[in-house]
Amino acid sequence: MKITKEEVSHIASLSRLSFEPEELDVISLQLNDILIYIEKLNGLDTSGVEPVTHAHDLVNAFRDDEVKEWLSNDEAMDNAPQSDNGQFKVPRII
Amino acid sequence: MEFEAVIGLEVHCQLKTKSKIFCSCSTDFGAPPNTHVCPICLGMPGVLPVLNKKVLEYALKLSLATNCSINNRNIFARKHYFYPDLPKGYQISQFDLPIAEHGWIEIEKQDGTKKRIGITRIHMEEDAGKLIHDDKRPLSYVDLNRTGTPLLEIVSEPEISAPEEAGEYLKVLRELVRYLEISDGNMEEGSLRCDANISIRKRGDTELGTKTELKNMNSFRHVQKALEYEIRRQTALMLDGQKIVQETRLWDEAKGITLPMRGKEEAHDYRYFPDPDLIPVEISAEWIDDIKNGLIELPAQKRERFKAQYGLPYEDIRSLTASRALADFFEECVKKFNNPKKVANWIMVELMKLLKQDALDIAQCKIQPQHLAELLLLIDEGKISGKIAKDILEKTYATGRPPTDIVNEEGLLQVSDDDTLYSVCKEVATENPKEVDKFRAGKKKVIGFLVGQVMKKTKGKANPKRVNEILIELIG
Repeated sequence: MKITKEEVSHIASLSRLSFEPEELDVISLQLNDILIYIEKLNGLDTSGVEPVTHAHDLVNAFRDDEVKEWLSNDEAMDNAPQSDNGQFKVPRII
Repeated sequence: MEFEAVIGLEVHCQLKTKSKIFCSCSTDFGAPPNTHVCPICLGMPGVLPVLNKKVLEYALKLSLATNCSINNRNIFARKHYFYPDLPKGYQISQFDLPIAEHGWIEIEKQDGTKKRIGITRIHMEEDAGKLIHDDKRPLSYVDLNRTGTPLLEIVSEPEISAPEEAGEYLKVLRELVRYLEISDGNMEEGSLRCDANISIRKRGDTELGTKTELKNMNSFRHVQKALEYEIRRQTALMLDGQKIVQETRLWDEAKGITLPMRGKEEAHDYRYFPDPDLIPVEISAEWIDDIKNGLIELPAQKRERFKAQYGLPYEDIRSLTASRALADFFEECVKKFNNPKKVANWIMVELMKLLKQDALDIAQCKIQPQHLAELLLLIDEGKISGKIAKDILEKTYATGRPPTDIVNEEGLLQVSDDDTLYSVCKEVATENPKEVDKFRAGKKKVIGFLVGQVMKKTKGKANPKRVNEILIELIG
């Protein structure tokens, strides 16, 4: 196995996701298949090749330091499941 | 057994740009919640963040001022964690290729010797939002105005070996960002934030001990106190043969102790990867040269120059160069009244006293450099006494009126006319026979009292030096 069930659980908890044990089995197997497939890339000799971070070779896109208004508070709250006094209301974490 | 502390500091410095790092929302502090937000800083899908050029310029300035090597290729990375202050689920930061690495700043130790503290790296990143926790229900309220405010994180090498050195390091750093005018550098208001890594080891050991990370220190004093406490705590554990646990601890100012951070201590697993939305930044040598040429004189250079140019004592130089505005004020003043020591004294004693009363900065002060120069010239020419000059300074401070105007309008010119002074001195001598006898019996100090009486009668306008001479002539 390329990835253990423990690792999958760990990533799930970092992502605030929870799975039933059966689901965890299925996901682990699927992730394992994906990793085996991706591993084919390791067969290539990449010594002397600079790591690529972006698919195109554009560099240096900047904005000037100017302020623009965009959303009102009402608009900002539009998608919030719960809000109060112009603030997003969320379950307390710590 | 003797122990030594090994301390490294991580400082977050909020840059004073007008707009956020990746969007055009205002960075103004104190607006109603969620009014400086847009789809980009709210983390909506499909948006395109674009880097604020000013952030890069500011980062380059600090990088050069801290003697760092600048990476000519920069990329941004996503740092993942889930917390409601971060709407995207990741913070845009830098990881592999930060703007600058391997620099140093110089601090002055208690004994006056200098020490270099290495800078591991400086990187650009965005700030998170603010959470307010409900004190009754398990709820939090999220304000995302601060989300996307530009920050520089400055990481030091673990080369700080005492709490006082940590304090000095922060002061030097604050002075730098203020001189460069890239940040307010205010710890109490959160524009400068500091976390500390600290471990202890037997003096002479080369291996590092287990460290703890200290957070929640909102002033220089808190940083020093938290470090002092942590050194005592770790030393006691070591002497007791116990192990130090690697953990994050919060400084509790009210209790004066550090406590382990509550909640699940999850191993840091940020799953960094390059942010595909932000294209790489390439910094040319010309650009770096431009910034270098535009760099102002830094505090350390200024202090060297002040020493050579004005020959002032070290303490004076420290005070006068504490801010750029103050140093400029001093130099402007000396240009018009060429007595550096006298100018320095008046600034540090009289002017500072007035500014301190109202907690004002020199930049907000109505007294202009030429005002002080004018005043010192009036004293020098014997036109007013030092005592009157202080009153005039207060008036100029309150109103911004030039000292010469005040002197003319209020008739404060010093009386040096001998006829007048002789008659007042005679009067005083007649009215104070006991003091005159004491003086004649050898108590020379009594003259001070008599001069005082003359000054009182002339409402401070008499020339005290001349009065002194006349009195001695009359009664001596």
